[in-house]
Amino acid sequence: MLEGAVLVAALAAGDPAAGEAVYSRCQGCHSLEYNRTGPKHCGVVGRRAGSVPGYEYSPAMKKSGIVWSEKSLERFLADPPKTVPGTTMTYAGVPEAKDRADLIAYLKQQTAARCGG
Amino acid sequence: MSFFSYASPIAARRAFLGKSGLVLSGSAIALLAGRDVLAAKAGGSKASDTNILNTALAAELEAVAAYQVGAESGLLEKPVLTLAAQFQGHHKEHADVLAKTIQQLGGKPVAAKTKYDFPTSKLKSQADVLRFAASLEKGAVSAYLGAVPLFANRDLSKAAASILGDEAMHWAVLRNALGENPVPSAFVS
Repeated sequence: MLEGAVLVAALAAGDPAAGEAVYSRCQGCHSLEYNRTGPKHCGVVGRRAGSVPGYEYSPAMKKSGIVWSEKSLERFLADPPKTVPGTTMTYAGVPEAKDRADLIAYLKQQTAARCGG
Repeated sequence: MSFFSYASPIAARRAFLGKSGLVLSGSAIALLAGRDVLAAKAGGSKASDTNILNTALAAELEAVAAYQVGAESGLLEKPVLTLAAQFQGHHKEHADVLAKTIQQLGGKPVAAKTKYDFPTSKLKSQADVLRFAASLEKGAVSAYLGAVPLFANRDLSKAAASILGDEAMHWAVLRNALGENPVPSAFVS
C-alpha cells in the first residue's frame, strides 16, 4: 500500500490510456453507463459508496461510509474483500500500484468525457 | 479422479457435483453433511465462498442474457450464430452448477434479473456483437482470475479455474472470428 506523498505522486501520474486496458479486467461485471453484476462507474469519483440508484448493494458496502476519492479507490482496488469485508466484489484486486493509478485516471477521464460529468 | 480428467463437459459437471453432491474436500463434505463445527475448525468460510459463487453466478446469468441478445439481434450468421448458441450453453451450464453448489453450501443463489441493460443501440453489425461478447468474456476471465485465490475451499478454486479456462477459450475464438490475434499474450490479467 502506498502512503502519503508517494501515493499522491503515483495517482497524479496515472495514465488514462493505459487505464483503458486495465479496465478490460473490470468488464466481466462492470460498465461505465450501466448497472451490471456490479454498479456502473460513471461518476464514481466523488460518489458515496452504495449510492447508485437501481443497484442492489451488499449491506457491507452500504454501511461502509466510504466516499470514492482517488485515495479510497486506490485502497479498495488493491484488495476489495479486505477493504470492505462482505462486499460482493469478490475479486482479489489490482495488485500493481501503477495499474490502479492508471485505472483511476481512466475512470476520471471517462466520467468527464462520456458521463456528463 | 481429477476434475480435469473428464473428456466432456457433462462428465466434468457430474464430477463437480458428484452423485449426491459436490466432490469437495473433507471440510466441505463436513459442511454439506451439516457438521458445521467441523467445517469451521477446518478453516472453512461458508459465507465468503457462497458470496464469491453468487457473484460468479450473477455474471454467468448476465452472459446467458447477453448471448440471447446477440442471437436475437439478427446480426449473426452461421456459423457464428451456432457458435454463440454453444457458448451460451456453456454459460448456462456454469450457472446451473454454481447455483446448485451455492444451495448445497447452504446459501441462496441469486436469480436472473428480469431486465439487463446492454448497449444494444451500438450493435449494428456481426462484428459489433462479436466485439461486445469478446469484451464480456475477457472480463469474465479476469473476474474468475480474481476470484480463484479467494476461495477458502480449494476444490472450489479448482472448479472456478476450470470455468475460467472455458471462458478464455470463448474469448480467443471470438477474437479469432474478428480477425484479431486469438491469444494476444502469454498471460491474462
